[in-house]
Amino acid sequence: MNNLAIKDLLLKMADDALIIGHRNSEWTGIGPILEEDLAFSSMAQDKIGHAQALYSILHETFGEADADTLAFKREEKDFKCCQFVEQPIGEYDFSIVRHFLFDHAELIRYDMLTLSSFQQLAQLARKVKGEIKYHVMHADIFVKKLSLGTEESKARMQSSLNYAWHMALGIFEKGEFEGELASENIFAGEEELKKRWLEKITPILEAAGLKVPLTEDSKIVYGGRKGFHSEYLKPLLDEMCEVVRSDEATAEW
Amino acid sequence: MAEVLNIKAEEVWAILENVKDPEIPVISVVEMGMITGIQISDSPNIACITMTPTFVGCPAIDLIKKSIREEVLKLGFDKVEVMVDFETKWTSDRMKPEAKEKLEKFGLAPPTILNDEELTEVQLNKVRCPHCHSTDTTLRSAFGSTLCRAIRFCFSCQQGFEQFKPI
Repeated sequence: MNNLAIKDLLLKMADDALIIGHRNSEWTGIGPILEEDLAFSSMAQDKIGHAQALYSILHETFGEADADTLAFKREEKDFKCCQFVEQPIGEYDFSIVRHFLFDHAELIRYDMLTLSSFQQLAQLARKVKGEIKYHVMHADIFVKKLSLGTEESKARMQSSLNYAWHMALGIFEKGEFEGELASENIFAGEEELKKRWLEKITPILEAAGLKVPLTEDSKIVYGGRKGFHSEYLKPLLDEMCEVVRSDEATAEW
Repeated sequence: MAEVLNIKAEEVWAILENVKDPEIPVISVVEMGMITGIQISDSPNIACITMTPTFVGCPAIDLIKKSIREEVLKLGFDKVEVMVDFETKWTSDRMKPEAKEKLEKFGLAPPTILNDEELTEVQLNKVRCPHCHSTDTTLRSAFGSTLCRAIRFCFSCQQGFEQFKPI
């Protein structure tokens, strides 16, 4: 089995989950209604749990540093998350649109991975899938409610969708090992994932009365998978790592 | 030469009934279906327990592992290892019937049966209110006070309640 290819896949998935988890947690205490505050807080906890499980495979099976070190003690350029997850939470419409676009991709990715020849990941995927179904269900409900709500809510949803679109497509930035991952039946690949994602989300967006933006390849926001990030990742990492950095020698978790 | 204790797996299963889920203190980890294997070796006296978490990000996992270790050590083992893996997937169907009864008495509606099928409207509805037992209830939010709970509302007794969500 190609270790480099698997490690690359695990790391980008873990980093996506950690960073979107951190962003989700920024709604804790300020959600528009109590239930939404709880929803984003719960999803944050789920995502960070998924990140931890993926980092743990890297640690236990591939000899990388432990989960806390991977999460809190790496440089910005070592993170492989897509730039989409780094973006600030913005207003609620953007957070809901990102949650919808990102979680549908996550659910399909994990669904594909249940068939992975890398057993440890296939087992985790079968478990995680059941949790993300609830995230997707939540996203679908709110996309529909807000898009079919008032003129203002509909306009906000369309505008956030337009703004998010080319960043969302950056989720599917190809890695170095697409060929190896596919030929060894570890993961069918980003292109296949993108295809299934478009098939899945298009009818939901249309039923909500939203226009699916036209894709211009040159506008897709790539770079994250190679360690090139937006200006928003560094401040996020600084905040997330503030406690551990303040007392690296003796901090205990 | 260390003494051979001959502790049986049944004794380990029995003592694990004392380890409760800290978020639902009326149910043991055994009733919850979290324990997936117990292996015992006699020389040296080691118990190896495998468990699977209800939710991947469950914050109680470390505490549960510690409680399991402390409880099983009481049987006299030299060492108790607790391993967490996902080889057996935890689903709410693993919860024993007696656990579901206890949940309802605790005020938490038990999860509906999934049978490894896709989550549908049916499993999200037809949930019985733990207070008045009416099934005229609705899902208010799939997310509640802990990862495993959803918030529901009962039209019959006009009370909000929580459900252990089917997963």
